[in-house]
Amino acid sequence: MNGHDKEELELDLFISLVKRVYDYDFNEYRRASIKRRIKHLVVQNNLEHISELIPRVLYQEDFRQHLLQCVSVTVTEMFRDPWVFRTLRDEVMPALTILPKIHIWHAGCATGEEVYSMAIILKECGLLEHTTIHATDFNEASLDIARRGEYPLENIKQHTKNYIAAGGTSSFADYYSVNGKWAVLDSALKKNIAFYHHDLAVDPSFGKMNMIICRNVLIYFQKNLQERVFELFNSSLTTNSFLVLGDKESTEFSVLAKIFTNISSSSKIYRRT
Amino acid sequence: MMGDYEAVVIGVSAGGFSALTELLPLIPANFPLAIAIVQHRNDDRDNYLCQHLDKHCQIPVSEASFNGQLSPGHIYLAPANYHLLIETDRLFSLSVEPAVHYSIPSIDVLFESAADAYAEKLIGIVLTGANDDGSLGLKKIRARGGLAIVEDPRSAEVCTMPQSAIEIAGADHILPLAEIAGFLTGMPHE
Repeated sequence: MNGHDKEELELDLFISLVKRVYDYDFNEYRRASIKRRIKHLVVQNNLEHISELIPRVLYQEDFRQHLLQCVSVTVTEMFRDPWVFRTLRDEVMPALTILPKIHIWHAGCATGEEVYSMAIILKECGLLEHTTIHATDFNEASLDIARRGEYPLENIKQHTKNYIAAGGTSSFADYYSVNGKWAVLDSALKKNIAFYHHDLAVDPSFGKMNMIICRNVLIYFQKNLQERVFELFNSSLTTNSFLVLGDKESTEFSVLAKIFTNISSSSKIYRRT
Repeated sequence: MMGDYEAVVIGVSAGGFSALTELLPLIPANFPLAIAIVQHRNDDRDNYLCQHLDKHCQIPVSEASFNGQLSPGHIYLAPANYHLLIETDRLFSLSVEPAVHYSIPSIDVLFESAADAYAEKLIGIVLTGANDDGSLGLKKIRARGGLAIVEDPRSAEVCTMPQSAIEIAGADHILPLAEIAGFLTGMPHE
């Protein structure tokens, strides 16, 4: 058996063990990226082989969190892909104004930057007061960061640039105060956001939404899991609601494709009929 | 022999626009392998590079897409701001993991996943560039039995990347840019 075959076998063993012990099924994830992340974890722990992670799963108390942290690492920023937020502001917000109460589900919100971006847009459109944003992720450590709403000050320049490109109508500096090396977001933005744990791979729908945002999450899933998530979203959306995906994601491979109509040439914003 | 291979992966950075514009239009319409390319670039949401190359190439050029399958005789470019990976079942995957060598997409990420997927049926090519992305990926391609081609640093617009690839991975062939297409198409078909 050559090195590559051994590595693949070790990965299979590790994935089955993680399923048995933690009940996370990484077989539902794209293999090439999950392998990359897990090999990264091996290096991070000064180990040589994936199989050396096996005792950690079995005997190391905090390894579950450590694993999730490594596997779900993403790069995000406030108003990431500002043109998407611009379209949300210009095209979607006017359609929401007629609703007495707005429910938005931000699925896979990671460390929360885009959740607060949405809250700022809602505020500037006069909609935040009667909106609830349900922001969920399967990684508790990310949710803790999201709940705090404190981000490294060094990133503020980029956030501000994005905010302006997204059509912000105020001054971005109005939304944070500085505490040492941290930009602390205005707590008024948090009032209408509920952060909680939800795993798209296993957890059910929890209410009817007027908009679901799930960006750059489906790219990591195998087609079966993508389909599960589309069904979950479909059953969680009201008629005439909105679905926002990452710029390189699409509903086109789903059996539900015809229910979703892309309303924007530049972004993956869909109307659910 | 051409029949021994299934795909070509190309990594290119600084100087890549000219290099790809010179190389890719020479690939003939009947080219039997899939080609996947990481070109480091700044945000390019209008996808200008793709349109430009598609216009000038004899085989179709498109952005690699989520859930997309690699087809022979087709050139795929990694989208700006996403890592591009190839799965064992010849599907593309995209990822927004942190940058590697300050780059997203990263050449190493594409090369390493492609080496896993294709083993000895893969040709890896490192062209002009100003950093060392691609060197480790090319090393892995060679370790898996694939073929490594590196642009001759003397002909490269920026020689750092090919030089690094030669030092770290070594190469089966070091060729001036102008000879790479000819080498690929000149391989006997059977």
